[in-house]
Amino acid sequence: MSDTIIQIKDVNKWFGDFQVLKDINLNVEKNKKIVVCGPSGSGKSTLIRCINRLEEHQQGSIIVDGNELTEDTKNIEQIRAEVGMVFQQFNLFPHLSILDNCTLAPVWVKKMPKKDAEDLAMKHLEKVQIADQAHKFPGQLSGGQQQRCAIARALCMEPKIMLFDEPTSALDPEMIKEVLDAMVNLAKAGMTMIVVTHEMGFAKEVADEVIFMDEGMIVEKAATNEFFANPKNDRTKLFLSQIL
Amino acid sequence: MNNINFLKPDKSNLNLFLILGLSLVFISIFDVFLSSFFKINATGFLPTSISFLLPLIIGFIGLHFIRIEYSGIRRLDEINKNFNNNNFNAVLSLLIIFIIIKSIPPVLSWTVIDANISGHSKEACTGDGACWTYIKVWLRRFIYGLYPNEEQWRINLSFISLLALGSVGYFATEKFKKYLTLYYVVIYPIIAFLFIFFFISGGPVFFDFSYGIIASVVAIIIGFFVPNKFKLYYFCFVPLAVYLSLNLFILPEEYVELGKLEGLNWVETGAWGGLALTFIVSFFCLIFCFPVGMALALGRRSELPFIKYTSVVFIEFWRGVPLITVLFMSSVMFPMFLPEDFFLDKLVRVIIAISLFEAAYVAEVIRGGLQALPRGQYDAAKSLGMGYWKMHIFVILPQALKLVIPGIANTFLALVKDTPLILVVGLLEIAGMLQMAKTNPKWLGYSMEGYVFAAVVFWIICYAMSKYSYNLEEKYKTER
Repeated sequence: MSDTIIQIKDVNKWFGDFQVLKDINLNVEKNKKIVVCGPSGSGKSTLIRCINRLEEHQQGSIIVDGNELTEDTKNIEQIRAEVGMVFQQFNLFPHLSILDNCTLAPVWVKKMPKKDAEDLAMKHLEKVQIADQAHKFPGQLSGGQQQRCAIARALCMEPKIMLFDEPTSALDPEMIKEVLDAMVNLAKAGMTMIVVTHEMGFAKEVADEVIFMDEGMIVEKAATNEFFANPKNDRTKLFLSQIL
Repeated sequence: MNNINFLKPDKSNLNLFLILGLSLVFISIFDVFLSSFFKINATGFLPTSISFLLPLIIGFIGLHFIRIEYSGIRRLDEINKNFNNNNFNAVLSLLIIFIIIKSIPPVLSWTVIDANISGHSKEACTGDGACWTYIKVWLRRFIYGLYPNEEQWRINLSFISLLALGSVGYFATEKFKKYLTLYYVVIYPIIAFLFIFFFISGGPVFFDFSYGIIASVVAIIIGFFVPNKFKLYYFCFVPLAVYLSLNLFILPEEYVELGKLEGLNWVETGAWGGLALTFIVSFFCLIFCFPVGMALALGRRSELPFIKYTSVVFIEFWRGVPLITVLFMSSVMFPMFLPEDFFLDKLVRVIIAISLFEAAYVAEVIRGGLQALPRGQYDAAKSLGMGYWKMHIFVILPQALKLVIPGIANTFLALVKDTPLILVVGLLEIAGMLQMAKTNPKWLGYSMEGYVFAAVVFWIICYAMSKYSYNLEEKYKTER
């Protein structure tokens, strides 16, 4: 149990009358890679947005790295600094250069000296292979490059956990691979990752566990091989038959 | 030679149609030119109505002839596409050309040919045109208001120095670039205020604290040698603390008084006026209304109900009342609520009133920009661990403000053009001086010249501002 870094217990969440999350229970251990899949509207994104409290859950408890997520704001900002997030729409800051995008949070949130932050940013940009674009603006980059920059930006905060919210869904097919490669490298480096994605190839390659969600519930949760080789639930079977 | 179809000009007889069409257009324009510049009616032998419409008809036929598709001549194709693409637009183009030609002679004769500028009294104006002598004689009043003539160098000096200090942004080296925002937002307005306070207003009483000021200036200079880490805190607190402690606690009264200077002759704000006052009022209103507007815009989007509804009520109140009543209130009603011995100058009250009034508009403009930002920007900033202020200062506001540069420029232009309204509380800036000059018994009947002059001055100011806003837009454009 000591390795558990995220502990989600009996979490319920409603948007108005509509219940998006129903009794979610999930433990994530350190250095594990979890892939969350499921049809759209099943609550996958909401679930991972709850982990860094971009959405608030109404019932149950979420404990991230020993801190429970509550209304206590100060706590939240610390936790968010430890949990990196990559979005479907990249959400780079368009008014800042790529390098400034990466150094902004380390300098102002972690109070890192500007020079160190730049070195760190260049290191991570190097890793995702866009170091040569560092002085351009996001608007000048392709979708794949922007998404890799977003990954580098999240990594610059040196997070313990990385959340990916459908990172390849807004990309052209030929750009998906470059982003997935960056994610695979990251996974191999031992990062704890929770990835919402429809890329089953990626899931097979890196995931330790796959979770299938439908209608706000975790329908099936199994080790990767098990999940793909013989899914138990009918809904999962149907989903896999459609997507593979 | 092919058959010539005059109803449907085509490329095969290009040269013929071109010569014919262009000469007809030329004839029509020349006819209008003759009649408006030299009063010669070349077609006077025809009935009046036909002679009046003839240039239009001739020009129309000419344009019809040169309307040849894909003629191969680039210039001609451009003209056809932009001014002459169908019969209706051809007529409109001709009419616009005619109106411009027709309107040149009267404007020219009024402003230049029949105008007078020599002499120093009304008698010098003998022509039918404008009497620029009037502007010349009153120019000092229009620029400086009722400010005493022998003291006007103070205004000149202040404005020239402020202009010079304002232009440091262009010459700043890379190293000082990062302090520019601080300089323009905080230091420059303070310097401007000091100039106006000491120079334009003058008076001995304001020099009472000079030891305190000298000491804090010294403290600021020392500040540049403080390690970077503490610089910000140092600049925020130390000079002010030195100044206050010198004045309040340490130095006895006499020591402080030693720094007293007689100062310049005091000129009360009632005597300020003209263009100088326009600049002063506009400048301070612009720099005050912007931060207030920004705070209101954020307040209106706040999740805390008290802040939110205070902002809403404030904005809706100021947007709902006319500026003229606000000005009246500030000068007539407001002093009644103040304690007896508390005096706030009329000019200051007016500046505060206009600033608050315009802040409500600025707030709504900025709110528009805030709402235009996608939610993802907030999410991304939050996910990086930024709190409310960091998120807004570094991520949200820079983008939102960039989006609303045209809207803010619009509001600011309106503000500058609203300043003549301070006339109603007895402050006479340029339009107010005009009002005064035109009722002067010696110079009755020249209001036209005055208004043209004021219009030109305001146009120059506003055009410069709008040009500057375009430059800003260009400068901060990052989506290439």
